[in-house]
Amino acid sequence: MNAVAQTNNIQLDENGRLRHFLSIEGLSRELLTEILDQAESFAGVAERTVKKVPLLRGKIITNLFFETSTRTRTTFELAAKRLSADVLSLNISASSTSKGETLLDTLRNLEAMHCDMFVVRHADSGAAHFIAQHAAPHISIINAGDGRHAHPTQAMLDMFTIRRHKGDFSQLKVAIVGDIQHSRVARSQIQALNTLGTAEVRLISPRTLLPAHAESLGVQVYHDLQEGIRDVDVVIMLRLQRERMRGALLPSEHEYYQLYGLTEERLQAAKPDAIVMHPGPINRGVEMDSQVADGPRSVILQQVSHGIAVRMAVMSMAMRIQERG
Amino acid sequence: MNQPRTLSILNGRLIDPANKVDASLDLHILDGKIHALGDAPADFKAEATIDASGQIVCPGLIDLSARLREPGEEHKATIASESMAAARGGITTLCCPPDTSPAIDTPAVVELIRRRAETSGRARILPIGALTKALGGEQLSEMAALQKAGCVALSNGLLPFGSTLIERRAMEYATTFGITTFLHPEEPHLRNQGCAHEGAIASRLGLPGIPEAAETVAVARDLALAEQTSCKIHFRGISAGSAARMIRRAQYDKLPVSADVAAHQLHLTDADIVGFDSNCHVSPPLRTKEDRETLRSAIADGTIGAICSDHQPHEADAKEAPFPSTAPGISALETLLPLTLRLVEEKVLSLPDAIARLTSGPAQILGLPLGRLDIGRSADVCIIDPKRQWQLKAEEMLSCGHNTPFLGWEFSSQVTHTLLEGRLVYQETN
Repeated sequence: MNAVAQTNNIQLDENGRLRHFLSIEGLSRELLTEILDQAESFAGVAERTVKKVPLLRGKIITNLFFETSTRTRTTFELAAKRLSADVLSLNISASSTSKGETLLDTLRNLEAMHCDMFVVRHADSGAAHFIAQHAAPHISIINAGDGRHAHPTQAMLDMFTIRRHKGDFSQLKVAIVGDIQHSRVARSQIQALNTLGTAEVRLISPRTLLPAHAESLGVQVYHDLQEGIRDVDVVIMLRLQRERMRGALLPSEHEYYQLYGLTEERLQAAKPDAIVMHPGPINRGVEMDSQVADGPRSVILQQVSHGIAVRMAVMSMAMRIQERG
Repeated sequence: MNQPRTLSILNGRLIDPANKVDASLDLHILDGKIHALGDAPADFKAEATIDASGQIVCPGLIDLSARLREPGEEHKATIASESMAAARGGITTLCCPPDTSPAIDTPAVVELIRRRAETSGRARILPIGALTKALGGEQLSEMAALQKAGCVALSNGLLPFGSTLIERRAMEYATTFGITTFLHPEEPHLRNQGCAHEGAIASRLGLPGIPEAAETVAVARDLALAEQTSCKIHFRGISAGSAARMIRRAQYDKLPVSADVAAHQLHLTDADIVGFDSNCHVSPPLRTKEDRETLRSAIADGTIGAICSDHQPHEADAKEAPFPSTAPGISALETLLPLTLRLVEEKVLSLPDAIARLTSGPAQILGLPLGRLDIGRSADVCIIDPKRQWQLKAEEMLSCGHNTPFLGWEFSSQVTHTLLEGRLVYQETN
């Protein structure tokens, strides 16, 4: 698979170290583990009185969000600030593109302002790859979500959370529930879980919310929630967008909740120590019951704080290359 | 440049599939027409000769679909620029789809194209008229007038009809005048926002998929309408293997249906989009290896009668964006013949069959006496060196569009001369 190697080589320098972070695909287990280990060392920073390390002092990191986001953008900002970088956050959907400026023009302008790293979110799959291919060589690109393709920092913070609770991946059964088809989070999670050697990755979803040939992603497919979460160690719930009802993918939120909503009762089928995750924001009463979201097995808020440590890890690793380069 | 009145092409291997000729024969031209094959008549004196030793001499190629971007999108290409690219590719006849701006829905636009083609003088350009006004899919165009003005077929371009009823009426009205309709087999609702073949690769890349059914549903509907109306239909650009099988069955049932395939569909698959290469963004999308194999067998058995370039030149900006936001299409005039001859190397087609799919095949679809070397017919001739290694490079392309995934590909045959109506319109210089 020459082509696959080619796509992902762009993420690595000639020594196989992280240069951009665009997708999980093509990254080795060693590299993912290094990110998790690095994140572990940053996790303590938040507990200090001075919540900063001087690793990226003097660097400029630009958040380029072509799609609106509060949570992801905020955690990237915090991560950059804790690394002592200067941070610029641009909400492009509202400014340049509406004036007809092309993506490349926007990029060139920001390059001229001597930015060192772009954190990019865009509605098109492949946007982060495109920017990495066209940006000046000294700029690192971090993908903060591109279309339905990838959201690798979200996947890594989920892996970080799983590892903290469960340790070894090789014994784990993980179920991902909901709208896989439209989810960049799910695609990155599946790749990360498989790369880290997870025993079994299951997708639980109605046919309309599954991608074509879903099994080819390296998963087991279930349509029944009860059956799918039996004996799993981790349940990952995905957000359901309202527009799925309009696109005739689902009849109603009511039926979805009846079939795929996670309740305490249904969760009994999972292992007694199973954890419940969600990338947020949660639709209470659609994807899961509040009792579960706020219950003892929910690690949803931990995911959010882990997000900062993982993003610090990825940013510092990608910038370390620059220092040498 | 003064054109000689008489010209002889000597010592070549003459391949003329329409006349089932594959032999070492000289070809003699008088006043733009084919005068004799084999020995020159006693009274014939060649003012000029071309030595075609070791080369293939065949009819000039016919391309059933090439967007020349004029009128309306001259920032992408012009009739003059693309005619030169065609001549370099050995193509002497180009059919241009009606989706120009304005659309080819009045004799005036046909006339404008005719004049531009005449000025350029390097290729015969046959316009395909619009089936509906402004391709809006609602009101019928003045088909009789378009036919009279010189449209060789009618089509609604890439745009859908307002309803199946309107499509039926358009086909029925076209049948009144014996006009062939070129149909783009795609059901727009099933296509939705898709930009890649719906399969394992699009799933992995998170690209919105276009299911095979977007094509097969349209093919099934159009075949039913052809049967209902007796309209001669031609499917422009098949991508799905299952669609090719449906067409094979319809032909067996004696429906008046033909089909073509773009050359890139016979070589690339959805695996080629893995790097998000926007040059591989085409419509219909690149499909699976199995589809490619089925298309190849349909080309071999003649179900698909023509290979075309589906030439779509773009300015650089149109391809410089994330994959889903780029314009689909390949600048393909200069690779039509090399990609087709590669099928001979890959044992998909015999050399005469490969040439047939570029000459007599498309001519038969159009119902025109072109693409053949009959005595007395226009001397449209292509001379090919079958043993010339070369590499496709952007800076050497004559088309204004450099958008092609074949840059860097090595090819082993090269056009050395192209003649249109006996005139040399391209001659290789190195």
